Amino acid sequence: MNGTGTEFMKKKTLEGARIPKAASYKIEIDRDRITRRIRKSNWSQHLFSLSTVFALLVLGILLYRIGIQSVGWINWNFLTGKLSIFPEKAGIYGAILGSVWLMLIVVPVTLVLGVATAIYLEEYANKGRVQAFIKINISNLASVPSVIFGLLGLSVFGRMLNLGSSILAGGLTMSLLVLPIVVVASQEALKAVPGFLREASYAMGADKWTTIRKVVLPVALPGILTGSILALSRAIGETAPLVVLGIPTLILKFPQSVMDDFTVLPIQIYYWTLDTVLTPEYANLAAATILVLLFVLFVMNSAAIIIRNKFQKRF
Amino acid sequence: MTNAVNENEKLVYEVKGLNLWYGNDQALKDVHLDIKKNEVTAIIGPSGCGKSTFIKTLNRMIENIPVVRTSGEILYHGENIFDKSIRVEELRTRVGMVFQKPNPFPKSIFENVVYGPKIHGIRDKKLLMEIAETSLRSAALWDEVKDRLNDNAYGLSGGQQQRLCIARCLAVQPDVILMDEPTSALDPIATYKIEELVDQLKAEYTISIVTHSMQQAARISDRTAFFLMGELIEFDTTETIFSNPRDQRTEDYITGRFG
Repeated sequence: MNGTGTEFMKKKTLEGARIPKAASYKIEIDRDRITRRIRKSNWSQHLFSLSTVFALLVLGILLYRIGIQSVGWINWNFLTGKLSIFPEKAGIYGAILGSVWLMLIVVPVTLVLGVATAIYLEEYANKGRVQAFIKINISNLASVPSVIFGLLGLSVFGRMLNLGSSILAGGLTMSLLVLPIVVVASQEALKAVPGFLREASYAMGADKWTTIRKVVLPVALPGILTGSILALSRAIGETAPLVVLGIPTLILKFPQSVMDDFTVLPIQIYYWTLDTVLTPEYANLAAATILVLLFVLFVMNSAAIIIRNKFQKRF
Repeated sequence: MTNAVNENEKLVYEVKGLNLWYGNDQALKDVHLDIKKNEVTAIIGPSGCGKSTFIKTLNRMIENIPVVRTSGEILYHGENIFDKSIRVEELRTRVGMVFQKPNPFPKSIFENVVYGPKIHGIRDKKLLMEIAETSLRSAALWDEVKDRLNDNAYGLSGGQQQRLCIARCLAVQPDVILMDEPTSALDPIATYKIEELVDQLKAEYTISIVTHSMQQAARISDRTAFFLMGELIEFDTTETIFSNPRDQRTEDYITGRFG
């Protein structure tokens, strides 16, 4: 009962607290140890917050630099004008349009193929070794460098199907690139749907597809959309596959159909930064374009968060 | 096995020599059991005795577990439910189920109740509203939810959620209702309400209920089946089982000597 013993002052028990006598061990209240533990706990909190601050700092520096450089360069003419070799006249409307066209291909292709693949793998395929093998390979595919997807797109869509460097070729290549991400995200979202909801549906005589359509998909939708939007924002920012496809940088005619040539915002940024040695103002144009691209990404990510929060189901 | 008094009453289920394996583990051993129309059949036994497995075999929900194998026959109104010509969707439309944990869909109360009728092809809005009201009334929930039918079902208490699940089950117009420990997640008052409900429902439905609570079995059932390690040890009228069991193991269990 009395925990003071020989090391009094150092180890104490709270007076009046009852400890069973028969126990073969005794938990003593070691105040020093508790103090040390609390200190350690506080330190780890600081360490974690520091990591967050570091990430934010990098973003802050980036935003500050491009913010300073793009001051006065973002205006109506810049957003709606054609490209020009004269920096003060140059606009990025063509690139914005190109990015929008690209997404018009990427969004339906990845959503339909990605979600359908995820549904098959998660709901229909036998949960055996083959499925595990396919799953690992899809995850691997998600980490294949984008240049390699560019080469695939070049040989299959560009050359074999003779689509050249059109919007269609670029869109399909980009779809391949982000498809694994959408598949994996959708699979996780489907897997997170509790089994008892499926059971409830089956127990009323529902078939599998009805159950998936009416119960599983609505519950998984927020997760699927969140993952998809993040994948799509990657597609909007990717450069390498399109460079490999041979997407031109100087587009003087705006694209009219999916078979037209096009360029996109990140490629515009890339080429402007290449030429800053000869024309220093291009750095400002690049910075301004980065700001526009970041704004687009910010909007997309916000949409992902809003969707997640709004539709998240709690059980 | 069955009491001869009610022998000529109509049988809903005739289980004949049912064996069931999970992989190599046999969970049910040569079970013979009849379930009679408009009776409440309680299934009792210690954890892991196969009582849940048994009830989930009656609507073939157990087959959702891929490693399950069965042998023997379960006749439902004379037809073997394992027969190739019977599809699980048809069987489960007639044999509803209420689960251990209330499992409403994350939809509105109304949408939960009309889910079954909708998937079975009823589209008419007025009719669906009628179905919702009738089913919720039958489940003794209508008065509590009639003003908030469009609220999410997860806003209800656990007991209300379970009664919603019963209403959802009734909306499909089942012939049999299987209940797998429907009150084990509920407090005593909610449990009492469900038990009262079961008592009312047996006028129109045939009910089979798995329960951990022997008092519950004694209170609400007409017949009781005692399972132990996959075997049906004793099956008789509830009165006999609880007052004059034939098997020593049954007596040991109901008197609380094990389990």
